Amino acid sequence: MRIKKLLALASLLSFTSACGDSVDASSGALEGTISIDGSSTVFPITEAVAEEFRKVEPKVRVTVGVSGTGGGFKKFTVGETDVSDASRYIKDKEISACDSNGTEFIELPVAYDGIAVIVNKGNDFARSMTIAELNAMWKSGSKAKTWKDIRPDWPDRPFRLYAPGQDSGTFDYFTDEVNGKSGNCRADATFSEDDNVLVRGVAGDPEGIGYFGFAYYTENKDQLNIVAIDGGSGPIVPSLETIGSGTYSPLSRPLFIYASTKAVQKVEVDAFLKFYLDEMGRLAQEVGYVPLPEHLTKAIVARYASQKTGTTRDMDVSFEARYL
Amino acid sequence: MSADPGLTGTPGDQPGVPALLLRSGRTSARSVKELVIRLLLQVAAYSTITISLGILFVLVRETIPFFAAVAPLEFLTGTDWTPLLEPRQFGVLPLVAGTLLVTLIAGLFVIPVGSLTALYMSEWASARFRRVLKPFLEILAGVPTVVYGYFALTVVTPALQIILPSTRVFNALAAGLVVGIMIIPTVASLSDDAMRAVPRALRDAAYGLGATRKEVALGVVFPSAFSGIMASYLLAISRAIGETMIVSMAAGSTATITVNPLESIQTITGFIVQVSLGDTPHGTTSYQTIFAVGLLLFAMTLLMNMVSIWIRDRFRDSY
Repeated sequence: MRIKKLLALASLLSFTSACGDSVDASSGALEGTISIDGSSTVFPITEAVAEEFRKVEPKVRVTVGVSGTGGGFKKFTVGETDVSDASRYIKDKEISACDSNGTEFIELPVAYDGIAVIVNKGNDFARSMTIAELNAMWKSGSKAKTWKDIRPDWPDRPFRLYAPGQDSGTFDYFTDEVNGKSGNCRADATFSEDDNVLVRGVAGDPEGIGYFGFAYYTENKDQLNIVAIDGGSGPIVPSLETIGSGTYSPLSRPLFIYASTKAVQKVEVDAFLKFYLDEMGRLAQEVGYVPLPEHLTKAIVARYASQKTGTTRDMDVSFEARYL
Repeated sequence: MSADPGLTGTPGDQPGVPALLLRSGRTSARSVKELVIRLLLQVAAYSTITISLGILFVLVRETIPFFAAVAPLEFLTGTDWTPLLEPRQFGVLPLVAGTLLVTLIAGLFVIPVGSLTALYMSEWASARFRRVLKPFLEILAGVPTVVYGYFALTVVTPALQIILPSTRVFNALAAGLVVGIMIIPTVASLSDDAMRAVPRALRDAAYGLGATRKEVALGVVFPSAFSGIMASYLLAISRAIGETMIVSMAAGSTATITVNPLESIQTITGFIVQVSLGDTPHGTTSYQTIFAVGLLLFAMTLLMNMVSIWIRDRFRDSY
């Protein structure tokens, strides 16, 4: 009986040790855990990178959470995570939290994202809107109820609003750009943290109008109509080209990862980040985002190599110029 | 007569600890065991009170800074609830309206369905059918609320959208109906118990006078069991008021005052979940709202409990 148990145990052990060695041994030597958390918008990119990285370095465990940009920073500033996904710049209070906890960060843009404003497939009149019209529709205390209230030649039917929830970075960004202050939004919209619910809502509601990340629009193109946004130079439809070149404005934004200098000293984190910067162009596009232009990517790689800390948020130059 | 005082007499005239020890001149093993058991049970009983008071204390302590920043009158009578949006407003009536709407729908559904189920079980059903029905009621009671919530969002709402096309993706009706389904076992079981407690003699007397089964059920059993049935309704409604998972998933997060059940609303419990799981910074007035509305919810369910006890005592017929 004892021998049988021993034999069973031995065969089990040898079986498990045989698994997992199917990858090229020369590049699979690193070990460790990398913990990443933050924005649900950046998540698809980071997760795609992590999956590819796992094929190259199978012994490194990369965990990617989706606590939201704010939630991710809360953990990052106290050193609980190595990298934070963010769909906005780091805020002042998060920077002071870093200072008081001795965390230093390297700010790395990874892709562009556009916010798509969408309407129901049967909506044939709302082809384009200006920022002023969006503001009239969405601002806190807005009395607008019908499409006609927004533009006189639109139908006199009530519209219905669908928006990401108040914890979402997309919500923060949209309200900041359209209503002037992050969080300024009328209260009678249907809010949901789940973008799939928003898609279902607008797709099923003839008078629906909503907004979410461009990637979700491309995935659900056949159920929704896109609204061209006029940011001052004519209506622009969001696409890879218009978001990447910045012409789709002001509803296009950069996505970031923030890496802690302490974490970067770990060999596996350094390897992961180098891999990230190399692959992010291809993978961002695969998951529906807009990759950074070549020259900017090269500059980001150089920024990482020089371990330049601090944020470029308050620099008074164009976005690209901050990194070149 | 046994000299051990612990076995005779009513609990009220139990001798105190010193008496127990002095009575026999020495501590018998039996009286020590009695003492220990009694202390253990007292601790358990008192802990209920301590925990309740503890919860109340924490709620009140965290609500005090909130009411320093927001006037209680504005809180209780304001009709705009936007603690997470700019500009911040703290009128709680939309949350109360949402809670009451869902509770009303649940109540309107469960009171007929639960009572009729109980009536059938106690007056018409054969013993064999009752044996089959009871386990199914147990199953309904045992389904996790998160599964109910998912069911409301992905089955009930699309079905409602076919029947009533203006039903929104989040709405009070789906949530209310599923909350009602969840509390059917409460009403059915408790009402059934109340009805079975009506003595056979009353029923037999009515049958003897030539009453039909329906006349006995509605004219004799139901009124006699009324206080117990009423108590079951109120218990079920208290549960509906405090229900969290189903409304969080299916009712929405739009704090608004409306009587249209096909629209998205937000209940007190749904709001508490939204803020607790979100990234609102601790210590801010927006965060403290969860304690203020928690206290309000506590007060509402306490009121319901007190009304329920009063009704039960007022209408009780003792046999």
